[in-house]
Amino acid sequence: MPHVLLIEDDASVRDGMELVLRRHGYAVFAAATGEEALALLASPAGQDVELAVLDLMLPGIDGFEVCRRVRATGSTIPVVMLTARGDDGDIVRGLESGADDYVVKPVTAPVLEARIRAALRRAEPVRRRPGEDTYAGLVIDRAGLTVAKHGTPLALPPTELRVLLELSASPGQVFSREQLLRSVWEHDFLGDSRLVDAAVGRLRAKIEDVPARPVYVQTVRGFGYRFGPV
Amino acid sequence: MSEVSGGAGTRERRGRWRRWGGLRARLVVAFVLVALVSAVTATGLAYRESRTAVLERKQDAVRTDFKNRVDQVAADLSVPPDEVSLTRFAGSVADGLGDSVVVAEYRSLKGSSDASADRSLISPSLREAVRKRNRMSLQRIDRDGSPYLAVGTPVTFESGPPSGLDVFAVTSLRAEQDDTAEILDAVRDGLVPVVLLAAVLALLAARTVLRPVRELGRATRRHAAGDLTSRVEAPKGRDELADLARDFNRTADALESSVAELREQEAKARRFVADVSHELRTPLAAMTMVATVLDEDAAQLPPDTAHAARTISAETARLARLVEDLMEMSRFDSGAARLNLGEVDLAETLRNTLALRALTDRVRTHLPDGVRAVVDPRRIDVVVANLVGNALRHGAEPVSLTLAASGDWVTVEVTDRGPGLAPDVLPHVFDRFYKADSARTRSEGSGLGTAIALENARLHGGTIEVANRAGGGAAFTLRLPWRRGEEDAK
Repeated sequence: MPHVLLIEDDASVRDGMELVLRRHGYAVFAAATGEEALALLASPAGQDVELAVLDLMLPGIDGFEVCRRVRATGSTIPVVMLTARGDDGDIVRGLESGADDYVVKPVTAPVLEARIRAALRRAEPVRRRPGEDTYAGLVIDRAGLTVAKHGTPLALPPTELRVLLELSASPGQVFSREQLLRSVWEHDFLGDSRLVDAAVGRLRAKIEDVPARPVYVQTVRGFGYRFGPV
Repeated sequence: MSEVSGGAGTRERRGRWRRWGGLRARLVVAFVLVALVSAVTATGLAYRESRTAVLERKQDAVRTDFKNRVDQVAADLSVPPDEVSLTRFAGSVADGLGDSVVVAEYRSLKGSSDASADRSLISPSLREAVRKRNRMSLQRIDRDGSPYLAVGTPVTFESGPPSGLDVFAVTSLRAEQDDTAEILDAVRDGLVPVVLLAAVLALLAARTVLRPVRELGRATRRHAAGDLTSRVEAPKGRDELADLARDFNRTADALESSVAELREQEAKARRFVADVSHELRTPLAAMTMVATVLDEDAAQLPPDTAHAARTISAETARLARLVEDLMEMSRFDSGAARLNLGEVDLAETLRNTLALRALTDRVRTHLPDGVRAVVDPRRIDVVVANLVGNALRHGAEPVSLTLAASGDWVTVEVTDRGPGLAPDVLPHVFDRFYKADSARTRSEGSGLGTAIALENARLHGGTIEVANRAGGGAAFTLRLPWRRGEEDAK
C-alpha cells in the first residue's frame, strides 16, 4: 500500500481526499500546514512517504516553498500540486519549484487518483535496456535508475528522470511535447505542455554544464525536444 | 477584425484642410483683403480729390491769365487782321502765358505762336462751342497719354457783336498730372509694406486664437484616444476662448471622475465575482472529492437515499463546472487570462478534441494536415469542444468540422443540419447565461460556454462568427490570425 502525504489546510477537503484515497488502498498522512508536512517528512515515519499531494495556498509557508524545501533535502518523491484552474502564474511557479504534476481544484476523485497512480508509476524501475550509457560527462544507469554528472551522482525526481530516460532511449529523435506528456505523465487529455517545459527546465538545471546552452536535452523550435547529439 | 481606421486618413485630410482652409490662412487672407481694399479706396478718393483740385486751380489760372492777356493784346489788333498780324497777335498772347501755344483764327486765316505746334489739339467741338456760345470754353484733351488743356475764346470789342476772331491756347497739364501721379506712386510703394504688415498682424491675431484652439484640439484628441487625464493649460484672461478652455477642463474633470467611478464599480463587481468563485472552490473541492463515494456506494443504499446521493453527486459536478466557468470568465474580465502558446498541427489538435470527448464518430471532419500554427492548444480545445457540443445538442446531425487556412487567417468551421438559429437569437448567441429556449430553464452547461469560447478566440486576436446557412442549419466560424512558427513555444 503506497504511502501518500496530503498537505491541505482546509479540513473538509483534506478529509474528503483522505477518505477517497483510503478507500482506494492508500495509506494517508495528512498535514494542515507546510511546516507540519516538512516536520513529518523529516521524522522516521516520513521515510515511508512515496508521494505528496500539495495545496499551493497554505497558511504560513506556501506550497512553492514547501516544494523547494522538500527538493532541497534531496528528496525525490513525486509532488502533485493542487491549484486553482488557470492561475497560470501559480502553475508555472509550482512546476519550477519542483512539482511533477498538477491537478485543478475542484478535482474529482478519479482524476486525482489517476494522477497519483501515474506519478507513482514513474518512480518504478524500468528495464528497457540494461547497463550504463555514457554521453560526454553524463552517465545514465538504466538498471539502477541513477544519473551521474562528471562522476557525481544526481538526485533526479522521477518525472525528470523519466523524461531523460525517454529522450536518451533514442538519441537524436525529436519528441513532441504531446508525445512526452502521453509517455511520461500518461495524460489522457489535451495536456499542458508547460509540464514538459518545466520538467525539461529542471532537468537541464541539474545535468547541463551551462543550462542556458543545453547539450544533452536540446530544444527543436516548434516541434519539441531531443537528446543530443552530444 | 477589420476595424475601420479613421486615424491616418483623417489626420492627413485635416492637415491639407488646415493648409488651405484653416483659420490662419483665412485670417491672413481677410486681413490682407481689408488692408488692400482700404488702401485702394483711400488712395482712389484722395487721388480723385487732389487731381480735381489741382486741375481746377490750373484751369482757373489759365482762364484768368488767358482772358487778361487776350483782352490786353486784342486792343492793339486791327480788324480784320491778316495772317502776319494774326501770328504776331498769337505770339504776344503766348508771351504772357508761359509755355502755351496760342492760335488765333479769323475766318479762314490762322496765326500761331508756334508754327510747329500740333494744331489738331484744338478740336472742332471746341471751335464750335466758342463760336456758338460766344464765350470762353475749355476742353481737356489726352494726346498720346499727355494731358492738355485747350481754352478758346471769341474776341469781342466793346461788347459788340462777335468780331469773328477766335483765340485758342493749348497748355500742357503734364506737370499737374505728374504731381497727382506722385500720390499714386507713394501709395503703390506703400502698399507692399501695408499688405505685409496686415499679414503679420493677421498671423499674430491668428496665433492668439489658434494656440488655445490647437491646444484644445490636442487635449480633445488625447481624450478621444482614452487619456482622460489630459487637460488644457490653465487659461488666462476672460475671453470666450479662455471660457471654452475652462469649460473643457471642467467637462474633462467630470468625465474623468465618473469614468473612474464606473471603473471602480466595475472592478469591485469583478473582484466580487472572482472572490465568490474562489470562496466557492474550497467547499466544492471537498464536495467533489466525496461525491464519488456517494456514487460508488449508492447501490447499497435504500432507493430514496440512493437517488438523493446520485442527485447530489451530479449537481455537485455541475456546480463545479459552473464555478470553473465563472472563474474563467472573471479572469477574462480582469485581463488576467494569458495565452500559453505552442506550435501545433491544428488538425491533430482538433482530432484530439473530438477523441477526448468520444465525438469522433458523430462529426464529419475535413481536417487537412500540415496547418501548423502558434496557438494556445488548451483554449482552442475549449472553443471547438463548445462549438461542436452546441451543434450536436441544439442543431442536428450531421455536424461537420472543417479546418482551412489561407493568407493570414485560419478558420475552423462547425456546421449542423438543424433548423438554424432564430433571428432574435442570433445577436445574443454569445451573451452570458443567454437561454435561447426559455422552456429550457437550465442548459447542460453553465450558460457561459459560448461567451468563454468567444473570449478565447479574442485572446488569440481572432473572433467567432455565427450565421445561418443557405441550406439550413447554423454555421459557427472560428477565425484566428495565422501565426506561423519561429516563436519559442514556451
